[in-house]
Amino acid sequence: MEQFTGKVWVLGDDIDTDIIIPTEYLALKTIDHMKQYGFSPLRPELAAMIKKGDIIVAGRNFGCGSSREQAPEVIKALGIRCIIAKSFARIFFRNSINNGLLLMEQPDLYDDIKEGQEITVTVNQDISYQGKSYKVSSLPDNLVEIIHAGGLVKAMRKRNGLD
Amino acid sequence: MGQTIIEKIISRNTGKPCVAPGDIVTVSADRVMLDDIMIPFIVDKFQEMGFDRVWDPDKVVLIYDHLVPPSQLDDIRHYKAGDEFAKKYGIRHIHRSDGICHQLMTEAGYVKPGDVVFGTDSHTTTYGCVGACSTGIGYTEMASILGTGSLWVKVPETIKIIIEGTLKEDVMSKDIILRIIGDLGADGATYKSLEFCGSTVEAMSISSRMTMANMAIEAGAKCALFTPDEKTARYCQTELNPFQKSLSGDADAVYCRTLTYRAEEFVRVMACPSQVDKICEVSRLEGTVIDQVFIGSCTNGRLEDLKMAAKVLEGKKVSPYVKLIVTPASRKVYEEAMACGALKTLASAGAIITHPGCGLCCGRTGGILCDGERVVATNNRNFLGRMGTSKVEIYLASPATAAACAAAGKIV
Repeated sequence: MEQFTGKVWVLGDDIDTDIIIPTEYLALKTIDHMKQYGFSPLRPELAAMIKKGDIIVAGRNFGCGSSREQAPEVIKALGIRCIIAKSFARIFFRNSINNGLLLMEQPDLYDDIKEGQEITVTVNQDISYQGKSYKVSSLPDNLVEIIHAGGLVKAMRKRNGLD
Repeated sequence: MGQTIIEKIISRNTGKPCVAPGDIVTVSADRVMLDDIMIPFIVDKFQEMGFDRVWDPDKVVLIYDHLVPPSQLDDIRHYKAGDEFAKKYGIRHIHRSDGICHQLMTEAGYVKPGDVVFGTDSHTTTYGCVGACSTGIGYTEMASILGTGSLWVKVPETIKIIIEGTLKEDVMSKDIILRIIGDLGADGATYKSLEFCGSTVEAMSISSRMTMANMAIEAGAKCALFTPDEKTARYCQTELNPFQKSLSGDADAVYCRTLTYRAEEFVRVMACPSQVDKICEVSRLEGTVIDQVFIGSCTNGRLEDLKMAAKVLEGKKVSPYVKLIVTPASRKVYEEAMACGALKTLASAGAIITHPGCGLCCGRTGGILCDGERVVATNNRNFLGRMGTSKVEIYLASPATAAACAAAGKIV
């Protein structure tokens, strides 16, 4: 079972896609150009502080708003390993899976956690924080297939006989 | 067992006798919409996936609207990417400056009742106004549809919303949908379909229905459906076939939730900074001083919206320290609003009238605001930093309310 430990950044409810990456930066050439502006309307300092392998824990409706796929791509480019939230908005959820960004729904962790602390995630099983276990459910099969293929682009390359 | 509208559309599309909420099925796209912001990313992903042809170029519509006209040097890259892609793969339906994507998709007849449509913009839910299952997706999924013509979806549960009676004169469909979003919450319809019915909805114009379907995503909805009727048929310039006529919720269909409203009970409301579900009656906000008013967008930039604004501002002037910016949703709306005199009235009142496009709604071009400023706007989102800096206060309202505020210089 895939397992990893990371430092947590805590964000609130309804973290929308305009907060994750504002429209004014969406036409920058690459995700790497955009990532420095991640979360800037809410916490301008955050993007520079996130380290590879960090984890975001948030409340309800993470990723609500627009269909911009730059949102999960920016989060992934900042080095975030996974996002654990009470719930996710629909389009953001699909976009994340398609880009291989791991999302987990967990109803209780957000209420207990403090920013800066470490958690250990066991994929499709549970999250461990200060000796307590928080259960997570597993994803539907068709999504697991996309993640196993390494994202939707790779799944399509395979379909087209390229990989 | 009976079916909801979305279940009927997905059953028909997939050739199954019936589908149930939670089923994961693969649907065929009847039409797809690509917008200018996403185009270079879609092209990159399409090429990376290794496709050598677009599954059906005539089902693809490419619309430039967020970056029209370009305001940053790099914007041209998006035009070039779109034009080259269209040329290479034989895509004929391109709109370079005709208006906002969601307005054009219905107005230009690209969407018919019962269709399954995907677009690279979250407000693609708008086409539910004519009874189409339409929803927003990201650029990677759009690239895969361009190659395959299909996409997996989970059949959503449906929330039924019944509205009966006659609205008060100053209340518009924007006030209704804002109130419903307030009641549902910003995630109250996540992964669900909304189905609107009742005498109030039947009496509404397609434009008014469009405003409501457009904002369904603000409650997280996957789609928002209205039963096609004679008005729909006229608007879509089609005769409804038996399938299209059948697109109403069956009496024994299963709904996860039903909300019932009396039209007479709706009042003018606003969504207050900075959440779409933070709904407040206008009467409780009266007197709040404002700096700008925006009337436009895919939510409320149609002829009936501009006519309403003109009616409110007839013979009046925009308050001296307020900027009123009016953006017709499309070239057609622009021309009609010109022909009927609405634009003249608005211009005489002191409005700045812009070309059709998305720029102001998403804070991309023209009319952005600065720290401490307050705007009353008819678009669909009041998120932090949406129309300028993160210290701008955005109040969402109907065109009637917005126009009244422009004249008063404060919320009225």
